[in-house]
Amino acid sequence: MTGEAIAFYLLAAVVTAFALGCVLASNIVRMALCLLGTLGGVALLYFLMAANFLGAIQLIVYAGGTLIVIVFGVMLTSRAYGTKLRVRPLEMIGAAVVTLALLAGLTAILVRTAGPVVSPSTPDFGVAQIGTELLSTYLVPFEVISVLLLAVMIGAAYLVQPEKK
Amino acid sequence: MLTIGLTHYLVLAAVLFCCGLYVMTTKRNAVGILIGAELVLNAACLNLVAFSRYRTGRLDGQIAALFVIVLAAAEAAIAIAIFVNYYRLLSTIDADEGRQLRG
Amino acid sequence: MQDPVVFRVERILRSPWLIFGAGAVLAGALALALWLLFPLYKGLLADPFWFPILVMAIMLNLILSSTAICILAERKIAGFTQDRFGPNRVGFWGLLQPLADGLKFLLKEDIIPTQVDKPLFLLAPAMALIISLSGFAVIPWAGEVRWPWAPDTLVSTQVASLDIGVLYVLAVASLGVYGVVLAGYASNNKYAFYGGVRAAAQMISYELPLGLGLLCLLLTSGSLRLEEVVRQQAQSGMWYVFLHPLPFLLILVSSFAEANRVPFDLAEAEQELVGGFHTEYSSMKFALFFLAEYAHMITGSAVLVALFCGGWAPLPFSSWLADSTAWWALLIKLGAYLAKVAVCIGLFMLVRWTIPRFRFDQLMRIAWLSLVPVGIALVAGTATLTVLGLQRTWWACLGLNLVALLGMLWTAARSGRTVTGRQDDLPDIHVEPA
Repeated sequence: MTGEAIAFYLLAAVVTAFALGCVLASNIVRMALCLLGTLGGVALLYFLMAANFLGAIQLIVYAGGTLIVIVFGVMLTSRAYGTKLRVRPLEMIGAAVVTLALLAGLTAILVRTAGPVVSPSTPDFGVAQIGTELLSTYLVPFEVISVLLLAVMIGAAYLVQPEKK
Repeated sequence: MLTIGLTHYLVLAAVLFCCGLYVMTTKRNAVGILIGAELVLNAACLNLVAFSRYRTGRLDGQIAALFVIVLAAAEAAIAIAIFVNYYRLLSTIDADEGRQLRG
Repeated sequence: MQDPVVFRVERILRSPWLIFGAGAVLAGALALALWLLFPLYKGLLADPFWFPILVMAIMLNLILSSTAICILAERKIAGFTQDRFGPNRVGFWGLLQPLADGLKFLLKEDIIPTQVDKPLFLLAPAMALIISLSGFAVIPWAGEVRWPWAPDTLVSTQVASLDIGVLYVLAVASLGVYGVVLAGYASNNKYAFYGGVRAAAQMISYELPLGLGLLCLLLTSGSLRLEEVVRQQAQSGMWYVFLHPLPFLLILVSSFAEANRVPFDLAEAEQELVGGFHTEYSSMKFALFFLAEYAHMITGSAVLVALFCGGWAPLPFSSWLADSTAWWALLIKLGAYLAKVAVCIGLFMLVRWTIPRFRFDQLMRIAWLSLVPVGIALVAGTATLTVLGLQRTWWACLGLNLVALLGMLWTAARSGRTVTGRQDDLPDIHVEPA
């Protein structure tokens, strides 16, 4: 058993556990915390796949930005402390059946269509290459994303501005 | 089993995706639904990076994942802004209560 | 009338002989042990795998124990600023005060209120401390060294040499808020809750100027590796603070905010929020928050020193020791690094006791209306300089900073809105004459 395999199974267990925690948590803040664990685990998986830059960005933008915004939203909108999230039993059973069936189907397809395990021969990409690619091959999507972010910024600022008296 | 390949990552992403789907379908809290969506997006990102690493051997998957992360941030910002307004209007965050537009 | 026994104990405690004697004995014992055990750890020191682990163990201990000294220094500086003595009862010149504080924290009753979310309540201080300590991994403490008994192996005094070092620091800094937010939520206390909400909003806002300042620096240095940034400064002798004073200030202000220190400690704000996020914490859990704050401060200073003040380079405007890998150079470099960090921490403390806390709207206005625009202007300017190939020319960089500063001052003078002004969205107050 190689070090990579051990690391993968460990991280996979952590990610799965936190994702299940998200599913089973009855409290919205605990759900957000479990999401933090999942994000951290996925970031470590990126490091394992030699995508260091992406892992760092996942931690900075996702865990440090997006999730903080979500937690902030939770705190602004929670009326009473420790409100339990209610789930109707029928819905719970239905959703569980559907998602488990989907998972089983997906796993079966993935395992059956799995090609021979090839070890990656790709070189480890550095930050400089990502930057070059982003500003040459992917320049158009990059610019589209920047315009979109500007629109989001204006939209969010417009949505939350206090009513004028 | 012992050599980690593409399938391992894809199965893990499938598990994440199904967890996210379950959260999105069962939770009534709007922020909870958003958290489910983030799980699904993470599953997609994991797939993209794994494909980039084990199939294409180029940077395209990583850059697509980068775009997904940025889009997720934008989505969360707008969603939270909407939820705060929703909460101001209805003083609840329950997604079932927003029925004004129903005919 | 004082109890004679207490009086005598106090006198013994306050005599300089006790503390300096004990210090000398401890230092002598340590030196003797190091000398006698030298053949045992000689191999480990020259091993590229074990040496970083040793560095980690030593530095972690150094930092955790220096937080205790920081607390004493903080109280002494507070005393100096407010024209009083500061702690001077326990030990000569109050030198045993950290010991007494630590004992007090350990021996106090540890209370967990009944209505809290217990797992999160217990997790929060641990998370705060772990996250603030993990930033040390990428600090290049003293460059590289070649031991005289193993001249072939070059070992680095950095725990982990990441190609994304600066991004790692940014990631750890952005995670630091979770301890505070969780503590605020889990305490089930309105004041703690407000503290958590404030901390979250403040952290999101001050991440931006921090990132923009770092971008200026990265455009100048062209590398994300901390050791590379330090090496460039050591070799040219031109520390980046001389090239980019404004980004340095941006990062300095943001790291005050990230460490939750006065003037940005709105998350605890004892006058309005009775202590904010740590209202419900007692004894050792409170001490962990305290420790996390100081560790955060030390990390922030260490990163700031590495990026802007030449890291281990002992002298500005000279490349002395820049390429030396001798063991004595290691000691000088480490000493220089730690001295710079100490000066930076002293600055943190002096600011804490000099500037009053901002109001929340002032805090937001500082971030979004002054720091972020200046940061964006600086990034654009530095990018232009980089395209022109002038990014490390001192007159170009200083000129850019001067232009940005003048533009900032001009806009501030024209806008007529002051940072210290009244809150915008409050109704006007009409006072009827009596």
